[in-house]
Amino acid sequence: MKVGLCAKVTADTDARLKASADGSSFEVNGKVVVGPYDAFAVEEAIKTKEKFKCEVVSFTVGGGDDVVAQLRGTVLALGADKAVVVSDPALAGTDSLGVARTLAAAIKKEGCDVVFCGKQAIDDDNVQVPAMVAELLGWAQVSRIVELEIEGTDFKATRSMDGGVREVVAGSLPAVFTAERGLNTPRYPKLPAVIAAKKKPLETPDLAALGLSGGDVAAKAVTTAYGAPPERPKGRKLEGDVDTMVSELVRLLREEVKVL
Amino acid sequence: MTTTDLMPTRDLRFLLEEVHGLGDLLTADRYAHTDLDTLRSVLDLARDVAHDVFLPLAPKLDAEEPTLADGRVTVPEGTKTAVGAFVEAGFQATSFSLEDGGMQLPAMITEAVLAFFSAASAPVVSYPALAMAAAGMLRAHGSEELRQRYLAPMIEGRWFGTMALSEPQAGSSLADLTTAARPADDGTYRLVGNKMWITAADHDLTENIVHFVLARIEGAPAGTRGISLFLVPKILPDGTHNDVRVVGLNHKLGYRPAANTVFAIGDQGGAVGWLVGEPHQGLRCMFHMMNEARIAVGLSASAMGWAGYRHSLRYARERLQGRPLTSKDPTSPQVPLTEHADVRRLLLSQKALAEGGLALALWAARLVDEGRVAADRGDDATAGQLAMLLDVVTPIVKGWCSHYGVAANDEAIQVHGGYGYTRDYAVERIWRDNRLNPIHEGTNGIQAMDLLGRKVGAGQGAAAMLLMARLQDGIARGRAAGPVASALAGELAVAVERLATTTTTLLLGAPKDPAAFLANATPYLHLAGHTVVAWLWLEQVLAAEPGAEGDAFLRGKLAAARYFYRWELPRTAHWASLLAPIDRTPLDTDPDDL
Repeated sequence: MKVGLCAKVTADTDARLKASADGSSFEVNGKVVVGPYDAFAVEEAIKTKEKFKCEVVSFTVGGGDDVVAQLRGTVLALGADKAVVVSDPALAGTDSLGVARTLAAAIKKEGCDVVFCGKQAIDDDNVQVPAMVAELLGWAQVSRIVELEIEGTDFKATRSMDGGVREVVAGSLPAVFTAERGLNTPRYPKLPAVIAAKKKPLETPDLAALGLSGGDVAAKAVTTAYGAPPERPKGRKLEGDVDTMVSELVRLLREEVKVL
Repeated sequence: MTTTDLMPTRDLRFLLEEVHGLGDLLTADRYAHTDLDTLRSVLDLARDVAHDVFLPLAPKLDAEEPTLADGRVTVPEGTKTAVGAFVEAGFQATSFSLEDGGMQLPAMITEAVLAFFSAASAPVVSYPALAMAAAGMLRAHGSEELRQRYLAPMIEGRWFGTMALSEPQAGSSLADLTTAARPADDGTYRLVGNKMWITAADHDLTENIVHFVLARIEGAPAGTRGISLFLVPKILPDGTHNDVRVVGLNHKLGYRPAANTVFAIGDQGGAVGWLVGEPHQGLRCMFHMMNEARIAVGLSASAMGWAGYRHSLRYARERLQGRPLTSKDPTSPQVPLTEHADVRRLLLSQKALAEGGLALALWAARLVDEGRVAADRGDDATAGQLAMLLDVVTPIVKGWCSHYGVAANDEAIQVHGGYGYTRDYAVERIWRDNRLNPIHEGTNGIQAMDLLGRKVGAGQGAAAMLLMARLQDGIARGRAAGPVASALAGELAVAVERLATTTTTLLLGAPKDPAAFLANATPYLHLAGHTVVAWLWLEQVLAAEPGAEGDAFLRGKLAAARYFYRWELPRTAHWASLLAPIDRTPLDTDPDDL
């Protein structure tokens, strides 16, 4: 058994993002972190390692020094044995499929049997990559899991569905799982492990090392601009006696907001 | 794991890396096992555990004090959760050597870690922090046998420690303590006495508690020269309970999660204790711990000042109150509190005092680190100079940071208006917690007398010269830098000259009238502290000014520095006027006339 996990380093939830004046990029004013859903994936990978006494490899597409530092301070410190950070100029501007192709190639090269991902990243919110990775690898894929049991090569996963319904899915490895909140409680790393993580292997292959070319990751849909959402309209103050205000509120909720 | 506007890591990273040169320090062999990225991860982890575990528990633990029954103290479950998370992550071991099973991280990092936890809940982190200081003293002064038995469990956080100095009749006046130590046939001692104000003398957080107790061996000379230090464990090596018990809890204004006790030693015949260090040298050993504790108190006080600032800044940005003075329309939208100049003043003042204090305490930690590095390479002369400089700086760190940390918290309450006076907002709790810091680990009056009476004149003025040299170096670099730095450097030069003149006048006049010399030691501490902190604000400007144009964080540093120089530094002229010539009003007032 070899466990893979996909860890995307993104702006933290309370970082302020600001689009550049020409809309071609955005600045992050704040810290970058391994995304919160990816943190559930990391924890599940470590739990799987503890159960099966196996190796864990993390995979990340692109990143500079801050990304590497985050991976060392969290993913490697928590117990992953190796990090693979694919770095190639051609990855700038790639799309979800390009990221998925890159991850799938790296995962295949490492020979993983199971891969954990967060259900989504918290920056672009595309929710596409894990399913694409599974498809490219020809593996089973179960999304938004909140429980998982692996015995031998068989698994039983419980998925969280909208409306509070839970779905139980059974299958065989290899598989890609995406983690939903509630799957586990991510642990904190221990300081000796944080220090020891400095010496853990971290590889930075380019696309060619994975058997890919720039054309394989060329975006089919190109981001043309970043901008801020429209400002929220100002609140409206209702006037009159209580009956009048309630009637007006109900009308607004029914006719304008359309929630009644 | 989230970041938060209440504890931004950048504030501390700026001070550590940009102002105090953490990266340069890491070139020393002592720190070859780590690097800057790793230390950033350590800070991130400290911030996460402090924010996610300590901070949510702080109000609840403030409301639920520890309880005492049958001589045993029980702490709330939340305290166990928080302290457990601290120990589990390994923070207990940051400062200890690799050889002793520690992580051998710079003292600057240990202090920065404690800053996050103090900002979240200082009284809760005081349990492991006390144990860290106690273990450091054991490492420095304990016999091989005692170190073998007690050091590892304390570094691992399985056993905690205390320092038991004060007695009901001897608080600040340790010369009057009466706890007695009688030699036993087996080389141990039997201790009998009553201790007061002992934090964490009992609790159910750890399997054992290692008390470091000051006592007099029978026949010892009177006064401080007859005091010895003893290790008195709660649980003896054979597993039996030692003759120590808590007989009362002190119900305090703040710091409520930390059990502060009346502690009976040996009232069933005598507690078993082991001598630490040489007989009658107990105070010297204890002050090893006390000096570290005093830096930690200053750091913690400024961290609480910082916490109050961050809480009140968040509140002021969100709270809509009033309209611009120029607005005549009463139906126009209200504006955030930050739009009002007087509220901005309150915020800038807190920022200047708290971040200035953090810079000061972390500089002291940097001196500790430099001293260790110098000692490693056998450079005793440099190590000696650094120790002398640290001796001067320590009472300033403790006294200045604790005084102005509370002052900052006072302003945090003011920003909140009436809400700040309620228990619904954190600033009230933080103020109560911080109010302890000018009192414990040597009152600020004692710090001031220590600074003026002992430290600044040490080595026939050499200690003062070392400090002045640092200030002059900053002024020279400031004059050659950008327009903001060079302007502030000019103002600092005047203040440093004022401090130098006042210090010289005082030291020269001391033999003629010792009582008058120390009568106004407190304004001297303020004068010295404000001057040193002004220098540290200049250092922050030197780091911030080049990149400030497009960076609100760095612009904020320039604004706070300007504030400190305009609103605070001029106060040094007033303090100097009370010192040279010495104002005799308090000294000459007859107690009967009060």
